Amino acid sequence: MNWIKTKNNTKVNLNEIPTLKIDELREEIISLNKRPIGFFGKDWGYGTTRLFVVLADDENGDLYVSSALFEQNEKEYESLTQVLPVFHIFEREFYEQFGIKPLNHPWLKPLRKNQKDYQFFEMEGEEVHQVAVGPIHAGVIEPGHFRFMCNGETVYHLEIMLGYQNRGVEELMVKHPTNQLAESICGDSVIAHNLAYSKVMETLKETKITKRAQLIRTLALEMERAAIHIGDLGAIAGDIAYLMGASVFGATRTLVINTMLEFSGSRFGRGLVTVGGVNFDIDNEKIERAIKTLTKVEKDVERMVKTMLKNTSVMSRLEKTGVVSQEKAREIGLVGMAARACGIILDSRFDFADECFKNLALPRKIFKGKGDVNARFQLRYQETMESLSIAKRILEMLKNGYREEVLTKNENLLCADSMAISITEGWRGEVVHIALTDGNSNLTRYKIKDPSFNNWYGLALAVRNNGVSDFPLCNKSFNLSYSGNDL
Amino acid sequence: MAIKILNILIVLFVPFLMLGVIKKTKAFWGGRYGASVFQPLYDFIKLMKKDFVISTTTSKVFRITPVIVIASVLFAALFVPLASSSAIVNIEAGFVVFAYILSFSKFFSLISAMDTGSSFEGMGASREACFTTIVEPAFFMLLASIMALSGNYTFDSLGKIIENAGGYGVLICIFAVLVLFIMILTEGSRVPVDDPATHLELTMIHEVMILDNSASDLALISWANGIKMLLLSSLIAAIVIPQGLPTGLSVLAYLALMFVISVIIGTIESATARIRMSHVFEFIFVMSSFALIVLSLVVARMFGG
Repeated sequence: MNWIKTKNNTKVNLNEIPTLKIDELREEIISLNKRPIGFFGKDWGYGTTRLFVVLADDENGDLYVSSALFEQNEKEYESLTQVLPVFHIFEREFYEQFGIKPLNHPWLKPLRKNQKDYQFFEMEGEEVHQVAVGPIHAGVIEPGHFRFMCNGETVYHLEIMLGYQNRGVEELMVKHPTNQLAESICGDSVIAHNLAYSKVMETLKETKITKRAQLIRTLALEMERAAIHIGDLGAIAGDIAYLMGASVFGATRTLVINTMLEFSGSRFGRGLVTVGGVNFDIDNEKIERAIKTLTKVEKDVERMVKTMLKNTSVMSRLEKTGVVSQEKAREIGLVGMAARACGIILDSRFDFADECFKNLALPRKIFKGKGDVNARFQLRYQETMESLSIAKRILEMLKNGYREEVLTKNENLLCADSMAISITEGWRGEVVHIALTDGNSNLTRYKIKDPSFNNWYGLALAVRNNGVSDFPLCNKSFNLSYSGNDL
Repeated sequence: MAIKILNILIVLFVPFLMLGVIKKTKAFWGGRYGASVFQPLYDFIKLMKKDFVISTTTSKVFRITPVIVIASVLFAALFVPLASSSAIVNIEAGFVVFAYILSFSKFFSLISAMDTGSSFEGMGASREACFTTIVEPAFFMLLASIMALSGNYTFDSLGKIIENAGGYGVLICIFAVLVLFIMILTEGSRVPVDDPATHLELTMIHEVMILDNSASDLALISWANGIKMLLLSSLIAAIVIPQGLPTGLSVLAYLALMFVISVIIGTIESATARIRMSHVFEFIFVMSSFALIVLSLVVARMFGG
């Protein structure tokens, strides 16, 4: 067997993972043709590098793991991107981290480091002009450089150069793995990243957490989804100068994050999730208040969205702006909300459901979107309402039962020579954390994949042939993370 | 004489209040208290006290533009009828002088924006120039038609539409007001044409052209923009406010109308989204088509029997 089959949050023995030659592995990947969620190297001693590949079979909820060993003098291989474009960003990352060159890669540019060597794509023509935006932007947002090739008002091509936020999180994680660090990977996906980290650690420590803790975690994840989606609905309204939407969504988002504040002492849920469960239990008084607040939020959001969808001036801005076709989305491997807006069925909450989510037995809603800003707007609305109703249901469950501890202490060492993969669906899409340990139970490699990593290129495609003045709107509809990408 | 001095004071101060009222209206619809209506005046005073930051890539054009802009707008104000009186300088074809002095100031804003060498400001200048080419003919068509009707080529004929146009009077008034109102939205860079509140350079029109201006330069340009809105609103006042009212009442009516126009602008900004850039032209063309309607009504009145 050239692959080892495993599941989400399951430990794999490193020695059981097949080690192939890269050419063999390449053939295997092409013939299996599944979605990559991990493609990363690890220093394997004596100048060799081992490349791990994790592919996801979303329909069956299976993960396929394999690896290849590069000898000291093997510094190049035939790139996968030529055949499967979805690997483009993974191969760029692997090249940047280990210097092993994918030959014939069409877009082998720096990803996070060496931005001075970045060669921008150039266009020539009488009315072609370049617009350079950033890395410092108006407003309080993260740094990133955007280069537009425009003809008059039309964008022909956008290149996004990131890496300004590169903090070396993966290396830090190996040295000092903590929840606080996981929370800081991406400020708007605190719960998702922390959950992914905690689950990886629990898998490696073989900790079983209580049902109540699981429920609180799912509750927090759904509240995070609702809060960020509402905030972004407001930001979209603000970008098209629809003041009323911006005000109402801004106010309702505050209600959701203030509820989170009551639960955990932080509006973004910092410090709530920890390895072994959650740090805070929620008493019935808080639950009552939260249910009331969330019901009000549901009503306000529904009313405002319906008003906006009836407003022709709003709809003329949202419809047919920033379209990513389903075909293109599959080709470049969009994930999460952005992929679902193109009509792709992909949601790791369902595909790789954990025990708690399975027990909720939720119906899976299929969204038929056209991949434009309107689709992302409506999908965010739909997911907000869904998340709020899940949150309310969990609150009812917590109120009426599951009286148990929320934190399981476990002082076990990490399992030796193991790999653990954890997939969590954050509001933006799948957050993947993969940890490797050595024979002495120490972490030796920690791989993080934020959904922004896949989706930034989707934004570049979305603005093609749109007006340059519609870029902020497209950008807001994706709302990707700089720090999640830069790590 | 007293009324003329009052009018000068109106030109100098009411623009701040109009901007303040617009902001207050937006705050009201957004469920906020909002800043005081005098805030634009305070901002003006604050900016006047500040030090300049001037880009090293700019030339003298950039330095003189704010002065040229405010000077031409104030000069243009002399040719427009304000509260309860004819224009301070009431000459034949004053509207041509008025329009071209404003164009002169716009020309300097455009080249000053290009002078900074920023790609954003170049885009802003190109958008602004584009819109102006549509606005200008419509404005001329409207005023020339109205003046042809009365045979009096001063702004005074704006107040005599009803008596000259007979049965068509009300229709002409309505369309003339609509044309001028769209012109206020366009020239004043308000929603749905432009978004004065945005921080997104790529979507701006007027704001992006003054990104590099600071301190008193910025203060003068913002003030000039307010005055321009006031002057165009005064043309609406000249049409709407009946002539022959007692002076005091007429001044009050004028100020009330300015207030109403500001509230309407603020409400539009709250309740509608901004038009997509490529569709703004269609919106401004509405102005041209309304001006054509006025022209055809005038033709019908004069030659249709």
